[in-house]
Amino acid sequence: MTRNRTLTIGASCVIFSIFLALLSLIWTPYDPLEMNSELSLTGPSTAHWLGTDENGRDILSSIIVGSRATLMTGILAVIICMVIGTSVGIATSVAPKWVEMPAIFGIDIVLALPTVLFAIVLAAVYGPSTWTAVFAIGIALSASVAQVTRREVVVVLMADYVMAARASGCGTWRIVTKHILPNIRASLFVQASGACAIAILAESTLSYLGLGTTPPAPSWGRMMASFQQYLLINPIFPLWPGLAIVITVLGFNLLGDGLRESLDPTLRQSEK
Amino acid sequence: MLLEVRNLTIRFGSTTVVDNVSFDVNAGERLGIIGESGSGKTLTSLAVIGLLPETADVSGSVKFNGKELTNLSDRELSSIRGKHIGMVFQEPLTALNPLMRVGKQIAQPLRNHQGISLKEGMKRAIALCERVGLPDPDRIVRSYPHQLSGGQRQRIGLATALACSPALLIADEPTTALDVTVQKEVLKLMNDLVSQEGSALIFVSHDLPVVSSMTERVAVMQHGKIIELASVGTLFANATDDYSKMLIRTAQLSDDSFTRLTTGSAQ
Repeated sequence: MTRNRTLTIGASCVIFSIFLALLSLIWTPYDPLEMNSELSLTGPSTAHWLGTDENGRDILSSIIVGSRATLMTGILAVIICMVIGTSVGIATSVAPKWVEMPAIFGIDIVLALPTVLFAIVLAAVYGPSTWTAVFAIGIALSASVAQVTRREVVVVLMADYVMAARASGCGTWRIVTKHILPNIRASLFVQASGACAIAILAESTLSYLGLGTTPPAPSWGRMMASFQQYLLINPIFPLWPGLAIVITVLGFNLLGDGLRESLDPTLRQSEK
Repeated sequence: MLLEVRNLTIRFGSTTVVDNVSFDVNAGERLGIIGESGSGKTLTSLAVIGLLPETADVSGSVKFNGKELTNLSDRELSSIRGKHIGMVFQEPLTALNPLMRVGKQIAQPLRNHQGISLKEGMKRAIALCERVGLPDPDRIVRSYPHQLSGGQRQRIGLATALACSPALLIADEPTTALDVTVQKEVLKLMNDLVSQEGSALIFVSHDLPVVSSMTERVAVMQHGKIIELASVGTLFANATDDYSKMLIRTAQLSDDSFTRLTTGSAQ
């Protein structure tokens, strides 16, 4: 019951964010880039539900459009980190010992790089853009994915059924695709979901620092940064992008927790 | 000679777990390996199928059909495992992948060695399930391991091991995890199937009565060495080693108490 609720709440938040991003492609209440000097920093009203920013742009529209950059960064970074992390994690666990030790050392080095700092360095070298952020976050997260995957694979490799599969004449490739991957998939989904939450937070941080999505495209992180100047005028402004970030990040975290248990067939109540 | 093991020694670091073991198995012949936990009987059987852990240091020779197995690569061993040598494991639950339908697992050796399609593999799996006496094979092949009983799972293990009609079947304590009545059924089934296939059998167990009912010759192992290797009859009649004698006494003792219990004349 509780696990279903976790999954439901998490999935709802995630679906809501994805819905916003898709909606922004066809409709927004106002043009998020349209400025109107007469409407600078008005509070919530019937015409502008969340108010307008310093340039008179509709905040709701900006948030809806901002979800695009945030989700895209999150999802692309997760694809990068899951592909690299899972491959490296599995490859190093089935490889002979002399490959394994240097590989673990390499993983530890990447793991020691702070995600945001690594992204800042990349942004300094290649210039700030969504792509730099995606790439930096993806690489940085792949090390922890590789490490967790390794730990899972090592446990599966010791299982009797892997030995039984080898006794049936399965080669390494079959063992990996038919026995290891299915048995670590719950962990992979949980990691992907968690990595997505971290990636979205990292993207917001980078945009807040001005190193992520470039203006004028709206971004939640940059909205936070600009609204903090007006905290004394109306403290409600930074609340909107903040709330958007919290809902999305929380959604992905809860989704991961919910998936963890619902993917284990031995925990399913019944099956025909 | 189907299998020729000569001076097999297995070490983990400085610990010798199997010490200078030699034995032969002819085609169609049945050999029992008996010994207590840690006597090296399981590792000996794993060495025959080339499944020892990477950390094991192996010396000596294991020749199967005249081919030396100890210096083959894992890939070369894969082409022998499941095809010419089948193996049944001790724990019927953990030896099956919990996330794979059992039909697919039975079909695995066939798919590996005969390159058949999944559909054809499932057909063969159903036939194999019938052969090992599983009821409702159409439903069984679509089940997951946790939906089957211990005896059913061990029958699946047997079906998998015998799928390619291997020349040698290795059974490592195949009935230890099962209760006594199921144990008898599975042993009888294994006995029948091995006879039908004409496979050789290496039966590893700590249970002398079970080993003697399944095999013609018995190797008694203790502390990594074979201390006695004789036919079942010879071993019972004139065992020379103290440890073998003790095993026989224990077997007779449990047999007596079993007879007393079943005939209802207990104390």
